[in-house]
Amino acid sequence: MQYYLSIILSGISLGGQYALIAIGYTMVYGILRLINFAHGDVFMVAGLMLVYLSAWLPLPVSLPLMLLLTAALGFLIERAAYKPLRSAPRMSSMISAIGVSYLLQNLATYVTGGLPQMYPKIPFLSDTVVIAGVSTKWVTIITPFLVLALVIALTQLINHSKVGMAMRAVAKDFETSQLMGIKINSVISATFIIGSFLAGLGSMLYFTNYQSIVPLSGALPGLRAFVAAVFGGIGSIPGAVVGAFIIGISETVIKGSDWSVFSDAFTFALLIIILVVKPTGLFGEKTTDKV
Amino acid sequence: MSENILHLDHVTMQFGGVVAVDDLTLDVNQGEIVALIGPNGAGKTTAFNCITGVYEPTNGQVSFLGTPIVENYPQGKMASQYAGQNKGMFTHRLAPTPDHITQLGIARTFQNIRLFGALTVFENVLSAKHMRAKQNFLSATFRLNQKEEQRMREESMKLLEEQGLAHLKDEVASSLPYGLQRRLEIARALATSPKLLLLDEPAAGMNPQETQELTDFIRQIREKYGLSIFMIEHHMDLVMQISERIYVLDFGKLIAQGPPETIQNDQRVIDAYLGVADDAEN
Amino acid sequence: MLQEKRNRSGMIAVVGLTLALLALVLVLENTIKPTHMIFIVLKKSAVYALVASSMNLLNGFTGLFSLGQAGFMLLGAYTYSILTIPVESRESVYYIYGGSAIKFSLPELFGGGGVGLVLGVLVALILGGCVAALVAWLIGLPVLRLKSDYLAIATLGFGEIIRAVFQWDKLGPITNGANALKNFPTFSSFNIENADGQVVLRLSAFVPMLLAAVCIGILLLLINSSYGRAFKAIREDEIAAEAMGINLAKHKRLAFCISSFFTGVGGGMFAMFANQAQAKNFVTSMTYEILLIVVIGGIGSISGSCIASFLYVAASEWWLRFLDSEAYIGDFKVPLLRTGFRMVVFSVIIMIVVLFFRRGLMGDKELPDLFRMLRSRKTRKEAAK
Repeated sequence: MQYYLSIILSGISLGGQYALIAIGYTMVYGILRLINFAHGDVFMVAGLMLVYLSAWLPLPVSLPLMLLLTAALGFLIERAAYKPLRSAPRMSSMISAIGVSYLLQNLATYVTGGLPQMYPKIPFLSDTVVIAGVSTKWVTIITPFLVLALVIALTQLINHSKVGMAMRAVAKDFETSQLMGIKINSVISATFIIGSFLAGLGSMLYFTNYQSIVPLSGALPGLRAFVAAVFGGIGSIPGAVVGAFIIGISETVIKGSDWSVFSDAFTFALLIIILVVKPTGLFGEKTTDKV
Repeated sequence: MSENILHLDHVTMQFGGVVAVDDLTLDVNQGEIVALIGPNGAGKTTAFNCITGVYEPTNGQVSFLGTPIVENYPQGKMASQYAGQNKGMFTHRLAPTPDHITQLGIARTFQNIRLFGALTVFENVLSAKHMRAKQNFLSATFRLNQKEEQRMREESMKLLEEQGLAHLKDEVASSLPYGLQRRLEIARALATSPKLLLLDEPAAGMNPQETQELTDFIRQIREKYGLSIFMIEHHMDLVMQISERIYVLDFGKLIAQGPPETIQNDQRVIDAYLGVADDAEN
Repeated sequence: MLQEKRNRSGMIAVVGLTLALLALVLVLENTIKPTHMIFIVLKKSAVYALVASSMNLLNGFTGLFSLGQAGFMLLGAYTYSILTIPVESRESVYYIYGGSAIKFSLPELFGGGGVGLVLGVLVALILGGCVAALVAWLIGLPVLRLKSDYLAIATLGFGEIIRAVFQWDKLGPITNGANALKNFPTFSSFNIENADGQVVLRLSAFVPMLLAAVCIGILLLLINSSYGRAFKAIREDEIAAEAMGINLAKHKRLAFCISSFFTGVGGGMFAMFANQAQAKNFVTSMTYEILLIVVIGGIGSISGSCIASFLYVAASEWWLRFLDSEAYIGDFKVPLLRTGFRMVVFSVIIMIVVLFFRRGLMGDKELPDLFRMLRSRKTRKEAAK
């Protein structure tokens, strides 16, 4: 019983962490129809930044600074690597995203010398707590609530603020909203900034659990979060969150069983099945091509 | 009475709650030029898409040379949502992909020209010959289909010469002027050796002189290839000059049919195009 | 016809160039010392050129954005390795699983010796390709219906699934689980030795070049055939292609299977190059590498893919090596140089290509097109005089 509880607990928390990454994917895809392959690496870089920042600044300073820098990184990537390709075929910007991901990974290898970096202990989050006989870290308990709060805040922002309205308009019809005088560039930048900021938060929660960071640490969580976004219906924020929880829980369940080698295979099998059966995902909107 | 080549039998196409084509029945006979006209959004292109397999009609049947080629009835979610007529009239589902329809001998052009932009003029026509070539990927790769390939090339070249495009054969298709692109699209459709040619607004964007040329051109290809032609068109000069019979669609419904003279004087058609003033009804 | 004559002269030029290149490699190999970096580069770039060309068949010519290359390479590599490990080495390679479930080795089945080696390796490589093509056929049924980026992500996922399956313990007697397969014939096995075991004729770089050249030649023939035109039509406009009688499902699947076949063969060759096959090496970043080669060479240009794979491999393995080691000019320590810097510089170069030279080296032109353009420019200039 305790064993199952602990698996479910860590599954929910992992799902929450994926959700924070998945939101970035889903928002960017919703607006630009671009799979931002570099998003997982932004998440990894956020982790590394805290490692280095916390070495010479106290946590209360370095943590917000890390979030700020991560958001800035997302902004920069969009301006440098995606904006010049906006009118190019979709394949080009996807390739550019892969290029950025490659660059970030190599940069991380260079900076760290390829050695795993220990993630700093964040007081309270890293502390142990015992619930119903299961001992776990506070982060496991906090994550789902934090995610829920953030998602609610985000949906409020999107549904009720001016920027949010602009985002929805751009996601619906890129060209028309441009003609209607919406400042496309600032909307897109805002999207990347929010996405990266959330990925930064996600990295704080994720690495508090996993502790060591290598340059490839972002790749798989990134992919899994992307699968979650597709699963939930890409472009839909609640979809991404639900998808992320499903992916996170099934991953921990499988990792705890005899089939642990197949945990990623299962995630992707799920992806292929959903794409084939219902390509728009759980909450996605259907679009049709006009002939 | 000449032989019937295309027959639409109570075809209905419903998207969600919108009935785009409503109970459309029409015929095209061997060697005829028939026009389908109607205001924008009347469902003309949708009707074409139902014939060519791009859409699967919600209800109804399409026959080609007397054989049913497309058939459907409201099923699944549509069974309860269906807002059209003749529910229960059809019981089979026959939904070939567009390439099968082309294989049978129905070729089409598109309202918004769809050429293979990066390919040359010659390759555009040649690629339409692929379907009828006797070969498989191994024989084609290892050049065991020389005769077939030679035949395809010669036939394509001949087509280009006939269409007056031969001197442009190595140009990239997207670099052609608009009028020639239209002509190339027709040439490409002819390369599939059709019996029936569907033209979707062939004169769109053309000036009166070009339209006149097109009129002659359509007559020519009908004689030359023994075609029947079914076309959607907005240029009334062209339609009235060339078509033997006209069908008029409005809001998906057939509101009139007959020879050009009848259509010209049909009050419903005039109303559909010009709109009925509200106070006229009072 | 003019067009055909031009095609033929272009083809002759390409064949001539390839033969000259092969001869050059053969000469180099038997004159320069065999440990020279160039040979590693040649071998690896031959393998990558083949895989990149087959990826180009999908991405560049058929317009299907697939990212499953590493998975198909893995299939080819494992099929090749499993079928060619000598029977007597099986015990030691599969020591964890107490020997292999497969009790034969193709080169030995074909009578061993030189003939057995050549036949065995060829058959194993082709079978590797067939396994990859078969799997491609199976997953192609559902996956190829997906649109551009969904297809990319589904094939990417497929690569991950394949990797997990091959590392599965229960398949250990066949795949050796997560452990490496080794001791099978490699490119160096083709060096001809005399009775004393001394190498008389080196063929270890020539063989992969020849294999790659033949496979890429077949790909080129396919691309320039009626089927190649159908693929391009699909790339340009699916709806129009379908309206011209081209069966989308059939042709997409065909392109996918053929591409996977050659990727599988390339995977087998990669195992020969690396002297081992291990599932954990066939990761997504390998697919990305190949994709970047295709992009650098020009999407839709096979000659571009070949040139780019040589440049890519040479730059990453050879020319930029110096960036990885600390260097002093006099007493001055050159800043930044240390392990990992090479790859940073390299990825910056790639980003520059992706952003500013979007058409890559060759755009969608092939070498003969370039010759022709140069020639016509020359004649035009002369005419102007």
